[in-house]
Amino acid sequence: MSALSVEKLRVRFGSVEVLKSVDLAIESGEFIVLVGPSGCGKSTLLNVIAGLEQATEGRIEIGGREVTGVPPKDRDIAMVFQTYALYPAMTVRGNITFGMECRGVPKAEQKEAVARVAKLLQIEHLLDRRPGQLSGGQRQRVAMGRALVRDPVLFLFDEPLSNLDAKLRVEMRMEIKRLHQRIGTTMVYVTHDQVEAMTLATRIAVMNGGVIQQFADPQTIYDQPANLFVARFMGSPPMNAIPARLAASGSEIAAMVGPDAATAVPLPNATAAMKDWVGREVVLGIRPECITLPDGEQPGKPAASLPATVEMIEPTGAETMALIRVGQSEIMARMRPDARPAVGSVASFALDTAKACLFDPKTESRIA
Amino acid sequence: MTQTATTMQAGQTRPARTAPRRSWLSDIPDLLTRIVAGLIAAAAVSYVVGFTLWTVVISFTDSTLLPEYSFVGFKHYFTLLRSRVWQVAYFNLTIYGLGFILGATGLGLLLAILIDQKIRAENLLRTIYLYPMALSFVVTGTVWAWLLNPTIGVEHFVRSLGWAQFNFGWLVDRDMAIYCVVIAAIWQASGFAMALFLAGLRSLDADLYKAAAIDGASPARMYLRIMVPAIWPIVVSVLVILLQTAIKTYDLVRALTAGGPGIATTLPTNVVYDYMFQRGLMGAGSAAAVMLLLSLLIVLLPYALFQRLRRGKGGGHG
Repeated sequence: MSALSVEKLRVRFGSVEVLKSVDLAIESGEFIVLVGPSGCGKSTLLNVIAGLEQATEGRIEIGGREVTGVPPKDRDIAMVFQTYALYPAMTVRGNITFGMECRGVPKAEQKEAVARVAKLLQIEHLLDRRPGQLSGGQRQRVAMGRALVRDPVLFLFDEPLSNLDAKLRVEMRMEIKRLHQRIGTTMVYVTHDQVEAMTLATRIAVMNGGVIQQFADPQTIYDQPANLFVARFMGSPPMNAIPARLAASGSEIAAMVGPDAATAVPLPNATAAMKDWVGREVVLGIRPECITLPDGEQPGKPAASLPATVEMIEPTGAETMALIRVGQSEIMARMRPDARPAVGSVASFALDTAKACLFDPKTESRIA
Repeated sequence: MTQTATTMQAGQTRPARTAPRRSWLSDIPDLLTRIVAGLIAAAAVSYVVGFTLWTVVISFTDSTLLPEYSFVGFKHYFTLLRSRVWQVAYFNLTIYGLGFILGATGLGLLLAILIDQKIRAENLLRTIYLYPMALSFVVTGTVWAWLLNPTIGVEHFVRSLGWAQFNFGWLVDRDMAIYCVVIAAIWQASGFAMALFLAGLRSLDADLYKAAAIDGASPARMYLRIMVPAIWPIVVSVLVILLQTAIKTYDLVRALTAGGPGIATTLPTNVVYDYMFQRGLMGAGSAAAVMLLLSLLIVLLPYALFQRLRRGKGGGHG
């Protein structure tokens, strides 16, 4: 069953077009993350789905029912806000029951629902407190309780973790994932944090400039980004984009990089699309973890060798990052934790090109 | 009384000075500050506390135009409490106080909520509503005396439009004249209440409105159950400010009705003035003033306690 479908949605505020023809089809039980930089339109999209803002054009269906013009309360949705938006003068219990009170749910039923949700979120001991007396994490939990008690077709999350400190954010992230696995309700989750997107989503919609750049499962987004924007936005540090020229020798295709395009990086998975680009300028996209110092223990992958100047190293404990330079391009490499190439020296880095991508330098979309 | 109290507090605060190199020369500005501030504080304290105490002392004497110290105990208090004018004045104060406070708060809240609906020309309307606050009560009283005067005001205007039987003679009606005072006072103060409520509503998180919309709260329920309780400290402050304004009201009645018809709109402050300066009975007038001060204290002490309690809880909202 389709939980949410958005067709040709446009939102214009005056002369500013915030959303330009957005399409989205979400199956029941999915966890969809809308991710993108500030001002990409992701929060607007969520608000339009919730009915809090009006679309200029387009059509939205929730649970198979057209909801254009339906007020938020009748859309069978629940929402968790970035600032929690708990009602300050009400107790936690009052916050959770307020929606049911508005809908005229009988008291006994309300009580039962509160007990169920409080147990699920382990907030039983907080029910008689006011939001002002709670910590950030507790408020977040109460906000989720207020959404859960509704038992909706669709949950909407608007950057729910961005007001928490780093440690709590990781905890709550896991909790939200666990919650989704347990109750299985469809969720649409807005964030600007690509780690949250990767860890939570069953599918990610990467947005920029009011357009969905790519809508796919996390692994596809990571390995086969649709364009350079997605490649750079997802992953930390982002995918390296190296200007190159494609060359062919026999059936083999290689990307020529570095000064005078002197270094050949052989691409093992040559496709037909690549052949059209032989002799032309491309952008070679390669993830930092595919660039390491050779340690002699690597299995026999088709590795290219890339001589580069080490500009800076950043040991993080679990790994060591290196900023290296090949010609004009600066490249991030992810190495073993104990790797310590001397800064300023020229080292030969090993490239795993199995997952390398090629982009059109003009349109920035992926060739292969 | 309360105005001088704020002056006193302002006089006592000294600007903090930090002198890196201390010599007797650099001490001079500091010393000067202390002297000036001390003088102001001393003057304020002697005026407020001193004259209040003196009034209390005189209220126990038979002073007429000039003070004399022949003590008569609580005689004036008992006489006053039994006198019809004092009873009428306090009854009027009750009607006026309740009508004015509830009316101005209610209207102010309504205006604030209406202005909060993202309307056009918000700044203009806000200024217009707030303007009466800039007027003196005497001006308000005079203007409303014209408006409510049956022969030249609203009644005359409506009759001139053709409704010849229209009657609006509250100002000259014994039983209704006090409500004229209430209307004029509400007109003056509701803009002030609106400004405070609007500031409160604007300080609330915009997501609260979204959450209420998703919970399906009607506008009335949303404001009554969520927004107004969320700005409750502001509501209490407005109530207290209006309450002490109500008890202090003197000039509005003077300008609007002069206490009439008869004594139908007389307030305790008018009685105090009447005793002291019209009839030259300082002793009785002081007793009336002291009783008025006591009624102010009855109102303000619980508020002070409430504030202290709130701070003690370390609470606050949001």
